Amino acid sequence: MLAVEHVSKQYATRQGSRKVLSDINFRLGRGEHVGILGRNGAGKSTLIRLLSGAEQPTSGRIHRGMRVSWPLAFGGAFQAHLTGLDNLKFVCRVYGVDYKPLVRFVEEFTELGIYFREPVLHYSNGMLTRLAFALSMAIEFDCFLIDEAMVVGDSRFHERCHLELFHKRKDRAFILVTHDADVIKLYCKNACVLHEGNLLSFSSVDAAYDFYRSTMAASPAPVEV
Amino acid sequence: MNSQAESSLSRSLASQLRVLHALLMREIITRFGRENLGVLWLVAEPMMFTLGVTTLWTAAGFHHDSPIPIVAFAVTGYSSVLMWRNSASRACSAIAENKPLLYHRNVKLIDVLLTRIALEIGGATGSFIILSLVFIYVGWMPAPADLLQVMFGWVMLAWFGASLAMLIGAGTAYTKLFERLWHPTSYLLFPLSGAAFMVNWLPAKMQTFVLLLPMVHGAEMIREGFFGNVVKTFYSVGYMASFCLVLSLAGLYVVQRASRRLEL
Repeated sequence: MLAVEHVSKQYATRQGSRKVLSDINFRLGRGEHVGILGRNGAGKSTLIRLLSGAEQPTSGRIHRGMRVSWPLAFGGAFQAHLTGLDNLKFVCRVYGVDYKPLVRFVEEFTELGIYFREPVLHYSNGMLTRLAFALSMAIEFDCFLIDEAMVVGDSRFHERCHLELFHKRKDRAFILVTHDADVIKLYCKNACVLHEGNLLSFSSVDAAYDFYRSTMAASPAPVEV
Repeated sequence: MNSQAESSLSRSLASQLRVLHALLMREIITRFGRENLGVLWLVAEPMMFTLGVTTLWTAAGFHHDSPIPIVAFAVTGYSSVLMWRNSASRACSAIAENKPLLYHRNVKLIDVLLTRIALEIGGATGSFIILSLVFIYVGWMPAPADLLQVMFGWVMLAWFGASLAMLIGAGTAYTKLFERLWHPTSYLLFPLSGAAFMVNWLPAKMQTFVLLLPMVHGAEMIREGFFGNVVKTFYSVGYMASFCLVLSLAGLYVVQRASRRLEL
């Protein structure tokens, strides 16, 4: 069970303190799949970072009763001067897993070729995404936190992500944040909308999407920070 | 403590050690690479600095009418500087250079700082030991009169360097001023730090002033340990320990506060 209770997050900006999330509450049981819709700048990535424990909420608490992944987004969670292989070793050491049996899987999945042993700073976004995804599959989690960037990419990668995450690991819980309702419809039974710092639950993905579309029509997108 | 609490404590400890090991490997690979000397640069770099300074001071005749051999004076002095200066300097960039790794929940700000402190202390200690052994062997340096005293002074300097590094490293999460101010400050503190003088050589007024600086006490302790009664030293273990204790508490407090406000 992942339980979020009265979580708020504020960031200091030059124009003073800015509330990104206010009084968020929700629960996610083992094996449950939920999609979170939100526009650019709605606070989706912030929520994911809080859920993962990478950042701390300003107030409220998050209880992690299962093994929750780090935020699966391209780029983040890598040391740019380390090679792909060294990043695999780092992650394995941090999570207490032997890296040797995983080298082949990651090498094959990422299709990085010689770049697997080159510093990550030379990678393209596509290469980073593949590495990020493969590393997170290498460590066993009960709950994956997935940024939409992970499920786009070219169609071949998309297919293999789909296979690894949504078929081989369909018993795991996951939270998928995106502004694309089609992706959520494909993988989730429930959906929420993150709107003006509040998390709103809906009984169906369609209802969530309808609300999400109505907010799009009502006002211009908030400024990205 | 009941057994459940104990097992959770030992699990946390195991996880902490795993993270420190992972960070240590990460630092070693990115800083020293796998080419030529590799990790040996950790010790070779401070050795080169110390040797350079020793050569300069010898050539410049930088030596009062003192019974201490100049090589021994330079090695003990400059090694002391490395102990408090390098940890703090490396801590300045610790957050910026490790930010992506903090995405992993178990990797905490304090782990990142402790790793860098441990590496710097390890490097400076290795350099001090190797240079001392070589110079003692060739007879340019006396063997320490009181090895325990040398070790004690060394540990005190390590403590000072570590607590300073915590404070400055975590401070950079609030403002870059910590980094901007540290570099000129450390440069200006070097000539005052007791590396290039013995407190006994100074006029009484200056003595009172430099003895406000904790690292001067550490350097004096080390030199007393090395040279024994040949030199007259000035230091207070109580003063230095109190200073380090306050600095450590301040450092830990800022680390804890900074971890909560860190933005990735």
